[in-house]
Amino acid sequence: MLNTEPNIAAPDDFYEALLAIHQDLLPAQSRLVDAKLILLLSNHIGDPEVLRQAMAKAREGIVPAGQDAILAARA
Amino acid sequence: MQVDYQALRFDYRRCADQSAAVPARHPVIVVGAGPVGLATAIDLAQQGQRVLLLDDDEALSHGSRAICFAKRTLEVFDRLGCGERMVEKGVTWNLGRVFHREEPVYGFNLLPEGGHQRPAFVNLQQYYLEGFLLDRAQALPEIEIRWRSRVTAVAQADDGVTLTVETPEGEYRLLADYLVAADGSRSPIRRALGLESRGRTFRDRFLIADVRMEADFPAERWFWFDPPFHRNQSVLLHQQPDGVWRIDFQLGWDADPVAERQPDKVIPRVRALLGPDVPFELEWVSIYTFSCLRMERFRHGRVLFAGDSAHGVSPFGARGANSGVQDAENLAWKLALVLRGAAPDSLLDSYDAERVAAADENILNSTRSTDFITPKNEASRAFRDATLALARDCAFARRLVNSGRLSLPSTYAASPLNTPDAEAFAGAMVPGAPALDAPVRAAGGADWLLRYLGNAFTLLHFSDDAASPPAPGDLPLPVRAVLVVPPGAAAGGPHEGVPGTVTVLEDADGLARQRYDARPGTTYLLRPDQHVCARWRRFDPAAVRAALERATGKRA
Ligand SMILES: Cc1cc2nc3c(=O)[nH]c(=O)nc-3n(C[C@H](O)[C@H](O)[C@H](O)COP(=O)(O)OP(=O)(O)OC[C@H]3O[C@@H](n4cnc5c(N)ncnc54)[C@H](O)[C@@H]3O)c2cc1C
Repeated sequence: MLNTEPNIAAPDDFYEALLAIHQDLLPAQSRLVDAKLILLLSNHIGDPEVLRQAMAKAREGIVPAGQDAILAARA
Repeated sequence: MQVDYQALRFDYRRCADQSAAVPARHPVIVVGAGPVGLATAIDLAQQGQRVLLLDDDEALSHGSRAICFAKRTLEVFDRLGCGERMVEKGVTWNLGRVFHREEPVYGFNLLPEGGHQRPAFVNLQQYYLEGFLLDRAQALPEIEIRWRSRVTAVAQADDGVTLTVETPEGEYRLLADYLVAADGSRSPIRRALGLESRGRTFRDRFLIADVRMEADFPAERWFWFDPPFHRNQSVLLHQQPDGVWRIDFQLGWDADPVAERQPDKVIPRVRALLGPDVPFELEWVSIYTFSCLRMERFRHGRVLFAGDSAHGVSPFGARGANSGVQDAENLAWKLALVLRGAAPDSLLDSYDAERVAAADENILNSTRSTDFITPKNEASRAFRDATLALARDCAFARRLVNSGRLSLPSTYAASPLNTPDAEAFAGAMVPGAPALDAPVRAAGGADWLLRYLGNAFTLLHFSDDAASPPAPGDLPLPVRAVLVVPPGAAAGGPHEGVPGTVTVLEDADGLARQRYDARPGTTYLLRPDQHVCARWRRFDPAAVRAALERATGKRA
């Protein structure tokens, strides 16, 4: 079960540290750091159900405004 | 003597059917002499079934296409009597390596354990594979092949299929009880019946170059993400026989497919990989776009689609020809039983159920690999790059790197032909799984278990001694019986039974028992395609009979 109750002892410290890893980075560099962070934390959590709930929560309420580069194939 | 399989041409010959007053009727016509059509025809012929094989061409595969043939495919070809030549000629490999930029990221072994006759893969040009299959097909009197015979129209009625065949001397008609459409990805038969294959095309282009050179790369699969010699794209390298190497260069969607094929564009790309001093010759060059797609159903009445006509995948994972050959072996024994009147026509529905599920598994794996190699949006690329960056020092990330999940046979776990386990078993040999190999001692000395399984239903019985072999008794079909005993326990030595008796094999290294989680009494029933359909902790003739009826579609 995904825990969305407070679980971080010093929230302001955590938030500051999260911003600090992005200091002076270009958007593409930040994107890479975030992606690594997500992968590291996901592996640490491991539980697929918790990961699924977190992914669903993160995506909640976002209406796609883009389009993936996918082509339909018909033969 | 070396045969130049690429240069072979097969003559068109006029046949009696062309002058027949009414269309000649054949029990089964296979259209397409590619790997799948040839394998289907051979398998049917080995079951004693007469087959007509039609192909619109007069040559084997043009240029190089498939090169990687998986362990299971080699085992199928062993059963079809031509696996040994493929392994002898092919380049054997088990190891893959992945590089990111300048650095090795990780390596994987696709067959980390011993005790198997066949390696994880051999690389062999498709024209050799087809040539060896053709040589085998031509040795079987049940098979008639007609070259330059293009099927141009197909009409289906309740009692058969009518085909129109175009030849250099004009058209004629044929009737078939069943038609196997192994006519490739563009499948004219699919189109003639108004059917479609649907899925997804990846927005990417790949340059595939076969290069002849002397090189000292090992016989391994090497895959680079973003290497210094081909920035921002991937490259795949494979060794083939005859000093030929396959190089796949990812080019991106915007590459010009015509310009990129020209030697003045290709040669610098190859040279960048090899360095300035390695001499090489271009053997064959092509540009591809890849799709994953399948037909909704593979059975349409009396027409059965197999191989690329039924489904398509991207080549990352080598799942095209490998899965097509598994279609062939799944279909052949069922069709042979139905044509012989030994099973109801509904048995063919299980071909559709089992192979559609297998195609979905292949498409899933192939799509995941291609999504990793060809990111479909900005986030996919960021996660790909992050995974590769972490893979250097984090073991978990190496498991996420996906340069192709290589072809493995499907387990038909949900098949209606399976008898569910009533007792507890451990390990991989669940009902629906393809049988695993193991070293055995047979009458002629050291041998392999798989060579004694298949072509007919087979009872595989484990015992501590050879004193009480299972007696299947009166069954609706001939069933082979194989008794596996511990080393030294075959009284009078291992022996191969004459029909109706039992073949006794010694479990040379105890691996058969281990792989089949066997105890004395354990009994497996295997289908003619070597897939498990039932197993028990003791031999019970009534249970065997019921499982056999279920596996031949005679009871649900
Ligand atoms: C670059 C590349 C690399 C690949 N690498 C691999 C790999 O490493 N491993 C792997 O497993 N797969 C690989 N594949 C896929 C593999 O080549 C195909 O999956 C395989 O050839 C399919 O076999 P098939 O018999 O279904 O069809 P095909 O090989 O296409 O054969 C169809 C046959 O039907 C004949 N035909 C067509 N229409 C008619 C008609 N109307 N009448 C009569 N005959 C007709 C054709 O002439 C042809 O002989 C690769 C493919 C490509 C393009």
